[in-house]
Amino acid sequence: MGALVITVTSGKGGVGKTTTTANIAAALAAQNAKVVCIDGDIGLRNLDVVMGLENRIVYDLVHVVEGTAKLRQAMIRDKRLPHLYLIPAAQTRDKSAVSPSDMIRICDELRTECDYIIIDSPAGIERGFRNALAPSDKVLIVTNPEVSAVRDADRIIGLVESEQKGPPSLIINRIKADMVKRGDMLSIDDVLDVLAIDLIGIVPEDEQIVVGSNRGTPVALDEKSRAGQAFRNIARRLAGENLPLMDLDKQDGFLARLGKLIRPGG
Amino acid sequence: MAVSIAIKGIKEGLLVTVGDGDWAEAGPTLLEKLREGGEFFRGARLVLQLGGRALGAAELGKLRTSLGDLNIQLWTVLSESALTGNAAKALGLETSLPKPPAVTPELPPIDPLEDGSEAILVQHTVRSGRSINFPGHVVVIGDVNAGAEVSAGGNIVVWGRVRGTVQAGINGNAEAVICALDLAPMQLRIGNAIATSPKRRGKPEPELARVKDGQVVAERWKPNEREK
Repeated sequence: MGALVITVTSGKGGVGKTTTTANIAAALAAQNAKVVCIDGDIGLRNLDVVMGLENRIVYDLVHVVEGTAKLRQAMIRDKRLPHLYLIPAAQTRDKSAVSPSDMIRICDELRTECDYIIIDSPAGIERGFRNALAPSDKVLIVTNPEVSAVRDADRIIGLVESEQKGPPSLIINRIKADMVKRGDMLSIDDVLDVLAIDLIGIVPEDEQIVVGSNRGTPVALDEKSRAGQAFRNIARRLAGENLPLMDLDKQDGFLARLGKLIRPGG
Repeated sequence: MAVSIAIKGIKEGLLVTVGDGDWAEAGPTLLEKLREGGEFFRGARLVLQLGGRALGAAELGKLRTSLGDLNIQLWTVLSESALTGNAAKALGLETSLPKPPAVTPELPPIDPLEDGSEAILVQHTVRSGRSINFPGHVVVIGDVNAGAEVSAGGNIVVWGRVRGTVQAGINGNAEAVICALDLAPMQLRIGNAIATSPKRRGKPEPELARVKDGQVVAERWKPNEREK
């Protein structure tokens, strides 16, 4: 029935849901797929900022739900990618303005028109999360390699399973290879040991993320960014490709090369 | 008021039950009744049920003679009165009916089915924020993750890792046990005893936790040296 509805969620806040949503959407749209993003975080919208579309918002999700605007009117076309659209959240309302059945209805309306619908879930396990989960075909759980984020991811996986949404996939975001090596950060295996779900991607810590978010330019469009490469890989895996996980030890920055020259074999 | 006299044939002979009332009246009435029966009672063996009435040997002896005249043998005297009983014994009478031969009880058939008690099976990992609460036993095939809670009225068995909070014997049953392939719970309670996991050294091993002298102890499961 047309589009695949993907919900990006995490439980804990600040692990990179919105960044992940924006980047996967951009990467998919860059592969010529037609993608619609929906910001599910009503009252605390961010996705428009990260995608650099803040100043184009006229109508939002709540307008569509309440019938003040048509779905088409609320879909903002991306400024770079012609196949990428955003349905922004309302900033002046709260989660109760939308119900899970509203979300299902809107997604069903969109399904025939695009290839992917990506919903950015708010943090938490309340109404906003349930709204974002209701229409989902595929749930992506974003977590960081730290105990509290993994604990919340575990909670979310339990809720997704109890909603019979099928097995979710995991994205481990903001990994620092050197910290893992020193034993100061959970490794990928440590996280998978607890969560025991399919791993769809790992994203290294990358300063460019902050730069991209502030500028409204997803790093997935930056060929040189390591995190951008990681998000492009996730997009390709979602499209059905079978790619090996990124090698986190590979450092190709100037400083890293310098470091290797100074400490050969180090 | 006439004394009630009931005559009934039983396996051992003729059972005569004499109701409450004066013996001076009951005795002759009894004889009268038997005499009325005439030939029918001739040669019978009599079991006399006297209830609580107290009769001396003289009275019983007189009755025996009178019955003998009717060709009826006074054989047994049943009585709740010690006096009557002793008098009957003195006269060489039986004071109880012979017990039916003891039937050797048949051996109950051997039932191979074991009884058990009620438990629920949870065949998946119990994740953070989920809880299981059951008055019987709980069996989990999967892990119990940190942030999950399992409580049982009876025992808890986890075929997997325990990282969350597990509580067995919630109604104060200190006999309950908790066992797991890898037992490192956030907190473990059995009955009223509470414990946290010590820092692990080495590889996880199957363990069984129980309460000994008010303390929770976890014992490694070793196939060859199990204690009861």
